[in-house]
Amino acid sequence: MKTGINALLDIFITFFKIGSFTIGGGLAMIPLIERETVQNKGWIKEEEISDVISLCQSVPGVIAINISIFIGYRRAGLIGAFFAALGVILPSFLIIMLLSNILLKNYSNPYVQQIFAGAKVGVTALLAAVLIKLSRQIIKDAYSFTVAFCAFASVIVFGVHPFVVIGVGIILGIIYYNVFILGKVK
Amino acid sequence: MIYLLLFWTFFKIGAFSFGGGLAMIAPVQAEMEYYGWMSTDEFANIIAVSQITPGPIAVNTATYVGIKTAGFMGGLCATLGVSMPALIIMTLIGHFYKQYKDSVLFISVLALLKPVTLALIASAVVIVARTAFVSGNNYIAVPESINLGIDLVNIILSNFNLIPIIFCLVMIPLVLKFKLHPVLVIALSAVFGLIFL
Repeated sequence: MKTGINALLDIFITFFKIGSFTIGGGLAMIPLIERETVQNKGWIKEEEISDVISLCQSVPGVIAINISIFIGYRRAGLIGAFFAALGVILPSFLIIMLLSNILLKNYSNPYVQQIFAGAKVGVTALLAAVLIKLSRQIIKDAYSFTVAFCAFASVIVFGVHPFVVIGVGIILGIIYYNVFILGKVK
Repeated sequence: MIYLLLFWTFFKIGAFSFGGGLAMIAPVQAEMEYYGWMSTDEFANIIAVSQITPGPIAVNTATYVGIKTAGFMGGLCATLGVSMPALIIMTLIGHFYKQYKDSVLFISVLALLKPVTLALIASAVVIVARTAFVSGNNYIAVPESINLGIDLVNIILSNFNLIPIIFCLVMIPLVLKFKLHPVLVIALSAVFGLIFL
């Protein structure tokens, strides 16, 4: 573990770079995180990184921040985790701070309105494409289809708060595990 | 105290989101509507901005909402809030990594959450699509008595904008097949908006 000021600065700058050059959300950051921390810096072993990524995708929280913190923690403990998180968050914070001033001032401009009206159509297409791709991976049996369908209907048709749906999902998961997986072991 | 409220709201969003930024859209929208901090239409715009600026969508949204609601300090509190659960959870995991990795209960519960994550992304599609396709306000006007058939067509025509729907239906297979970069998709859509909308 390295906790000198140079090591911490190195962590901060590496993650600041990752935060500055990845466009399109957290998932787009993963390949760059891999390249910087595995190949360039050697902070995490090649065979370990895919485990780390899948772990960080399955626990709650912002995925890119999760991975950064994990690597920062490994490298320099709690203070390393802090510098990694700061580095990865700061670029997006600064950019949105600048943009929000411009946006909030020009929100009613008709050209801005038209651009956003179009951009929202593009976002719908991007999200729908992700949905189609993911549903091919996730919907594998009647169980996954039923859970997905019921959760979707609860949120969109019945207006149930998504937090409630996630909470019910966790409870169902624990029951399913106790009844089916533990039951089989016994 | 608005700063504390912003911090707490985005802390919850950070702590309760499984499966990344897109699965966060529906919870964020629900919270924004509850507090009246941002209309769904404006939130959809921020998602568009997030697609073409660096950084996680959750952080971008937290920063924007915070600044809009309570200035610079608001942005800082919201961003801290959304990041804090990750810091707590990941530090714990980094500490207990070896034991945690093989915990069967943990892994199977998370595997079972994947369909829920998918449902949240599907909800995000509907939430954004409403702002993109439904004309006027975001509520679909339905006449008191409906004769199925001709009236249904009327309802659709008077509530939905067909041109953006067609543009979207053309874009989806292009995105899937040619893996178009998000920046390119948003740029094309913005040009489309300037010309047709």
